[in-house]
Amino acid sequence: MRDSTLRTKSHNVNWFRYSSPASFYPLAGALAPWFAVPAILLALAGLYIGFVLAPTDAQQGEAYRIIFVHVPAAWMSLLIYLAMAFWSALALGFNTRLSAMMAQALAPTGALMTLVALWTGALWGKPTWGTYWAWDARMTSELILLFLYLGVIALRQAIDAPRRADRACALLTLVGAINVPIIYFSVQWWNTLHQGASVSVTSAPRMAALMLSGMLVMALAAWCYSIAVALVRVRSIILERENAAAGSAQLDGMATRGAL
Amino acid sequence: MSDFLHMGGYGYYVWSAYGGALLAVVAEIVAVRWRLRAARDATSTLIAVGWLK
Repeated sequence: MRDSTLRTKSHNVNWFRYSSPASFYPLAGALAPWFAVPAILLALAGLYIGFVLAPTDAQQGEAYRIIFVHVPAAWMSLLIYLAMAFWSALALGFNTRLSAMMAQALAPTGALMTLVALWTGALWGKPTWGTYWAWDARMTSELILLFLYLGVIALRQAIDAPRRADRACALLTLVGAINVPIIYFSVQWWNTLHQGASVSVTSAPRMAALMLSGMLVMALAAWCYSIAVALVRVRSIILERENAAAGSAQLDGMATRGAL
Repeated sequence: MSDFLHMGGYGYYVWSAYGGALLAVVAEIVAVRWRLRAARDATSTLIAVGWLK
């Protein structure tokens, strides 16, 4: 029924139309495969570059190959938080339902990327630094990022009214955004066991071209994956809220009629 | 092939890292699809009983 809204013939596309959850539902469904398929292809290409083409590292041997999953996951954990903060700001500023749903849809994927970054980081730390974990600034602030994601998810579970939960989660997300620059600059601000940035916009990357390209292709795959998963999740959220609203409207009606 | 799996002595770390990441991604894909299916089923039920148009 909803998929028909997308096919209404109109040459003047009104983009604001898509800010309504009911209109965005079919659009999200149509867009998801356009990110899911590239995600698979880019991941395969990135792994091929990373494991077949890229040379062995002179200092770390083959252990460095963890970089092709660790760095993209770590970047994504920060980017998703920024995207979540962006949608939260829109939700608070304009009281838009869809923005809050987008923020809600991103949180689990952000938590997952953070977990993968921590997991792969620990398994990289052991052979290179001799320890799985250290309470240094980079690792501790990334762990706090995981708690922030889990906190936002838990806060929503704790509040029954969806619109109220939207505002509370948006507020917590925006307050927690201070952690993002702390994570990013931690390796400059403090003496960390974790190394500094291998890639930055202001200087030439300190790594071989094939290693860098493998990492960047994997980062693109992580982008596409995250967008595809968030689009599918936001569709569930749209339906779940519509279902809940229909259910409670029906129960209210029955209660007024004295049927309950 | 066994050289590849051995990863110059770092096989345990490299494959645990990638294995964990793969497990996480597969679990999320399964969860997200299952959630959408459940929501759609609920919507069809609500439409069938006339609670939702």
